[in-house]
Amino acid sequence: MRDWTLKREWIYGWLLLLPAMVFLFAFTHVPAVTTLINSFFSTPRGRRPAKFLGLANYDRMLNDPVFWKVLWNNLWFALGTIPVSIGLAILMALWVNEKLAGRGFVRMAYFTPTVLPLIAVANIWLFFYTPGFGLFDQLFGALFGTAHTNWLGNQATALNAVMVVTIWKEAGFFMIFYLAALQAIPVSLKEAAEIEGAGRWTVFWKITFPLLMPTTLFVSVNAVINSFRLVDHIFILTDGGPDNASSLLLFYIYETAFRYWETGYAATLTVALLVLLSALAIGQFFFFDRKVHYK
Amino acid sequence: MLKSTLLKAVAATALSFSTWASAQAVDLQFYFPVAVGGKAAETIQGLTDAYAKAHPDVNIDAVYAGSYQDTVAKAITASRGGNPPQLSVILSTDMFTLIDEDLIIPFDDYLTSDEDKKWIAGFYPAFMENSQTGGKTYGIPFQRSTPVLYWNKEAFKEAGLDPEKAPATWDEMVEYGKKLVKKDASGNVTQWGVRIPSSGFPYWLFQGLAIENGVTLANAEGNKTNFDDPKVVEALQYLVDLSTKDKVMAPGIIEWGATPKAFFEGQTAMMWTSTGNLTNVRDNAPFDFGVGMLPKKMQRGAPTGGGNFYLFKGASDEQTKAAVEFVKWITAPEQSAKWTMATGYVAPRPETWETDTMKKYAEGFPQVLVARDQLEFAKAELSTYQNQRVVKIFNDALAAAITGKETPEAALKAAQAQADAILAEYR
Repeated sequence: MRDWTLKREWIYGWLLLLPAMVFLFAFTHVPAVTTLINSFFSTPRGRRPAKFLGLANYDRMLNDPVFWKVLWNNLWFALGTIPVSIGLAILMALWVNEKLAGRGFVRMAYFTPTVLPLIAVANIWLFFYTPGFGLFDQLFGALFGTAHTNWLGNQATALNAVMVVTIWKEAGFFMIFYLAALQAIPVSLKEAAEIEGAGRWTVFWKITFPLLMPTTLFVSVNAVINSFRLVDHIFILTDGGPDNASSLLLFYIYETAFRYWETGYAATLTVALLVLLSALAIGQFFFFDRKVHYK
Repeated sequence: MLKSTLLKAVAATALSFSTWASAQAVDLQFYFPVAVGGKAAETIQGLTDAYAKAHPDVNIDAVYAGSYQDTVAKAITASRGGNPPQLSVILSTDMFTLIDEDLIIPFDDYLTSDEDKKWIAGFYPAFMENSQTGGKTYGIPFQRSTPVLYWNKEAFKEAGLDPEKAPATWDEMVEYGKKLVKKDASGNVTQWGVRIPSSGFPYWLFQGLAIENGVTLANAEGNKTNFDDPKVVEALQYLVDLSTKDKVMAPGIIEWGATPKAFFEGQTAMMWTSTGNLTNVRDNAPFDFGVGMLPKKMQRGAPTGGGNFYLFKGASDEQTKAAVEFVKWITAPEQSAKWTMATGYVAPRPETWETDTMKKYAEGFPQVLVARDQLEFAKAELSTYQNQRVVKIFNDALAAAITGKETPEAALKAAQAQADAILAEYR
């Protein structure tokens, strides 16, 4: 009798899990495993079926200068966008958490970039960056009399120009999380500190910031994933150019798979991306977990 | 009572008859891309509707599939999924890729009569270069274009140049350009001499320079490129010098999409761009403008561009026959003229230009004839096996030279080595 109820609960439990599992397997686990398998095969083309290559695709990847270039670009992209957008998000959240006139409007203004589709945003920024009649050239030209600047058409500035768009887009999104976290911090802590004579910086550094750590962990994991995931704007702004100067890993994977139709090699690149992202996520949890203070 | 029963019976018969008729009709699915603004998509839809009306035995489902890039991606994906379209417009340069993927069939098996052969011969040879290989015709030219030089007549007048005369040679273009450059008080350039856009697909306009210098970038079999030919290096050096040495063109990569706007705003006095922009320039340029052939070095020259019709594998015999009939109809003079006037694409058959509609159109807008006349000097566009990858390598090399990271010679040598590595297996 007891076994019977246990079994029934067991079935009940699995049935509850089933819908989510089906989707998770169909769209995440099965494709990931297929990708891993494909990465050891050549690309099937017309009359030539895929053949087993062993590690040849991996060998090619390690000797592919474009791969190293986009990886390096991506590293720089992550280092440049994550701290800045998190810092900005905290600043904006602190600012709109205060009692100020038109607070609702300011919050909405900060959040607007998040609501806009990235493709639309990229088209707007494309106009900002356009040499000559773009917003920046007209503005700087009128203010300082500078010459036209070709932000997107120059190897030195193209990636940075793409990064600015990303920061602009992401900071508002992260701000919402910080704002929610700030409102969960009891006012009594701050008041007690003020009675003890703590300055504003001390209050922030010793009380607010540590209490925000769980949010920072969540936001930074998201930011790292986004820095490898968000490439929509590159299609509009630079198409990865000039000479791959603004190309990122995922963009290169798309190009390899759906422009050159080298699905075998694209699978290998995808495995590299997966490994990299898993390592980063695991590392972040271990590294941060010791410093995060959960209530 | 009797009457209503009778009516019902008649209605039922009519109904079953009509379903029978549509069951017998041939279903065709047809993908098309749109690469220029304006009325392109509406015009294609209008034309297919007109065809369906005149041919009740054919159901055509015209599917707008995005850009050229999207369309080829969709067609390949659909074919791999076992659901290919019967017909699609795809870049003429993707021919070798589609053959390599074993997705298309030549038109020849369905064009066997003498009349059909005459029809094939009725296209401009320049357009057929990217449409035939190994003695077979895989593509039928449809939305095809070629680049031309646009110039601002008012800016020419201001600089003391003859406003009715475009530069005829490379040297003249530099010389005119130097006269046309205008600077403000602090020495910043407000008007450049010429603008040859280089974003995204710099190879397309660059081919013009290469052909003018007497070389084509790839052989007709699509398995060997000539990237490091000294004449190609010379052509790239000329392009780089326009901004670095002669200072008649803005430095760095120049955006393709913003080029017409820069021309309208007076930021450049001359520009190279597709004839597909002709209607756009006519509607928006606030000044008098001229259209000329690209200037020559050893010879006149230009690439062709744009899309062809392809027949896909996996269709039934009836479907492919119906598809071929449709292609014949839509490239016929009357339909072709409508298409050319709506977009600016070059009508691919000389007979279209002989129709009264086209003659009248050209009378009021003679600029439209420049592209047609230039076809005499046009050569095949760069097209190889694994085309997208080879072209990308070449684009990267051009970008590296234009942004000053590498010398033209070093960049092109490296590109040739990479292209050789890819194409070796197709020789």
